Amino acid sequence: MRRYALAGASLALIAFAVPGAANQDVLQQTGKPEQWALQTGDYANHRFSKLSQITRDNVKNLKVAWTFSTGVLRGHEGSPLVVGDIMYVHTPFPNVVFALDLNEDGKILWKYEPKQDPSVIPVMCCDTVYRGVAYADNTIYLHQADTTLVALDAKTGKEKWKAVNGDPKKGETNTATVLPVKDKVIVGISGAEFGVRGHVTAYDAKTGKQLWRAYSLGPDQDMLVDPEKTTSLGKPIGKDSSLKTWNGDQWKIGGGTAWGWMSYDPDTNLFYYGTANPSTWNPVQRAGPDGKPIDQKWTMSLFARDADTGMAKWVYQMTPFDEWDYDGINENILADIDVGGQKRKTLVHFDRNGLAYTLDRVTGELLVAAKYDPAVNWTTGVVMDKNSPQYGRPQVVSKYSTFQNGQDVNTKGVCPAALGSKDQQPAAYSPRTGLFYVPTNHVCMDYEPFKVSYTAGQPYVGATLSMFPAPGSHGGMGNFLAWDAGTGKIVWSNPEKFSVWSGALATAGGVVFYGTLEGYIKAVDEKDGKELFRFKTPSGIIGNVMTYSHKGKQYVAVLSGVGGWAGIGLAAGLTNPTEGLGAVGGYAALRDYTALGGSLTVFTLP
Amino acid sequence: MRRARPVLALAGTLGLLLLAIEATGQAAKKEKNGKWETADGTPTFNIAPDGTVDWYTYSGFRRYHSECHVCHGPDGEGSTYAPGLVQSMKTLSYPDFMQVVASGREAVGAARQSVMPALGDNPNVMCYIDDIYVYLKARAEGGLPRGRPAKRADKPAAADQHEKACFGTK
Repeated sequence: MRRYALAGASLALIAFAVPGAANQDVLQQTGKPEQWALQTGDYANHRFSKLSQITRDNVKNLKVAWTFSTGVLRGHEGSPLVVGDIMYVHTPFPNVVFALDLNEDGKILWKYEPKQDPSVIPVMCCDTVYRGVAYADNTIYLHQADTTLVALDAKTGKEKWKAVNGDPKKGETNTATVLPVKDKVIVGISGAEFGVRGHVTAYDAKTGKQLWRAYSLGPDQDMLVDPEKTTSLGKPIGKDSSLKTWNGDQWKIGGGTAWGWMSYDPDTNLFYYGTANPSTWNPVQRAGPDGKPIDQKWTMSLFARDADTGMAKWVYQMTPFDEWDYDGINENILADIDVGGQKRKTLVHFDRNGLAYTLDRVTGELLVAAKYDPAVNWTTGVVMDKNSPQYGRPQVVSKYSTFQNGQDVNTKGVCPAALGSKDQQPAAYSPRTGLFYVPTNHVCMDYEPFKVSYTAGQPYVGATLSMFPAPGSHGGMGNFLAWDAGTGKIVWSNPEKFSVWSGALATAGGVVFYGTLEGYIKAVDEKDGKELFRFKTPSGIIGNVMTYSHKGKQYVAVLSGVGGWAGIGLAAGLTNPTEGLGAVGGYAALRDYTALGGSLTVFTLP
Repeated sequence: MRRARPVLALAGTLGLLLLAIEATGQAAKKEKNGKWETADGTPTFNIAPDGTVDWYTYSGFRRYHSECHVCHGPDGEGSTYAPGLVQSMKTLSYPDFMQVVASGREAVGAARQSVMPALGDNPNVMCYIDDIYVYLKARAEGGLPRGRPAKRADKPAAADQHEKACFGTK
């Protein structure tokens, strides 16, 4: 432990000794409202822009300013960046990067196309998506599908260095963006469906040298935790906190990958991220030596780590002993909001498990845990009584426990489905309203676990599941809603025909934007969700809406290109079990509304 | 143009022949220890008049929705990512099916990258490969509707034995 702390301390000194360290640059670049310099808008993941030229009154006049085809047909997640006069556009595999000149309607300044072995494609579970490049200190950081991390000169597209973070032959791949912090670039990994043991890793931003790696599970020294100083719900986690909660060596192929958005708080120097599901999806195979549920720490958890050393300050497990694939990787939004009449430095997280968590981001104290979709039925809620032995733990409803019902039994009507009440598609926070704007899924499932065996580089799933729109509701598969994270209440909710798989954008003009799977970009009023504008783009939207300003004019842009989990689950439409077994319900098939194709659409006022 | 006509005529005759085989297919099918096969020994599905499917078709439904559906979509219907098998299984032969699943297939071009992985050393797939085959055949040709089969035959002892032998467990 001490070794790591010392290494971190000396690194920190070096970081401060170098003038113009990257963190200053990211803070400066994201501080300019005319730019969109980080995928998440800012370190706090607000996805809020101070630009206010486009307002609730004039948004109805938005027109397409220019468009750009990416030439790639797969699902397009993430968004472009804008830094200075250049827009950076990425694509899914093969992970092309374009630098476009905003002074000439998007003329291509440079293009970078990496060479990757196509054998990585089928290892990527659910489409070859990529959630975008990062920028710091005149460098573009591209993290390829095959886990190669590349630093490119932002002006010329020339390679500065390359590093390899994982091995696709073992199922290790990448879909996420990276987090540039100070003199480092912090990256995650995908592949929990292939039995990958998850981690986050820091590379030297200037050279690509690997500096530290923090696993989500396994021995304490591998996880960069201090049994005495790292806390969970205010108490030290103790020695072997992870090893004690796994049966034998299962943790070695235990999942808990880190493929979501990361956030960073410069005041505390902590960065935040969530960890994925334990492998396999069959909980019976993961039970303890006594055949009872066992926590599988620290899968399904939120981590707060020191950005210099990687050491964990606190960790909180949301779904101990997962039985439904409620992967915990969703974004953590850092906002200072009122909770119980007090201004708190909070972290707000909308989990796949259907619960929205508000925590004190400095201490990890749990403040609010509430369902953000009333359909959620697998739990009665989280125990908030600090004196209870169950404190902080969700209470599982037996009827929906795929473990209690057992192997080879089809557990019916679990809400939400495995894709969660929300997946990676990030929410936005507006300091104007103090509200969170959340794209959600409104889908339930039947889940039948069964025995599987592990082979390196092969899927390690172990459950059959079928999904359907939440019964007894509006019949659609999604909602776009506004959330009060201080009280844990929905303020307003707009029903959507399909899951909302697009990242939201909140603006100082009082307008909130998001995309839909049919391909609409929609603008709604921040106060009540009233629709103010819609436009149908060339393909379904699973990208995130962003905004920037060029030569005094505000633009709004979004990537279209349907795909991802949404394209797999919804392309053919979902069956409805209530209409009799096997019947194809009246539920819409996405393929009746949109087709493949990556393109960027940029809007402005006439 | 002139030559096309005999070809079309031939295709027409072949079509009729195929139809004839199809029509007699039910009769030519036989059952061995709960597993159905065609006259030439190719595994096939069985759906009783009341909709009860044989164990292997049901097992194929389960295995498909664990191992295959994250690319090929629910019920073999396809996705934005990989083709629907309900169509392609109408023409893909049993040996070709085995070949593609075990060894994989790549179609990588300028517009589209499509890669089927080699699953030959994955016991979760290969120990149930006949099950997955007959399930997809039932979807493609047997009129098996989407979703979980409503009724199924019990698991035959032979299926248990095969499972244990294949995974090397007792």
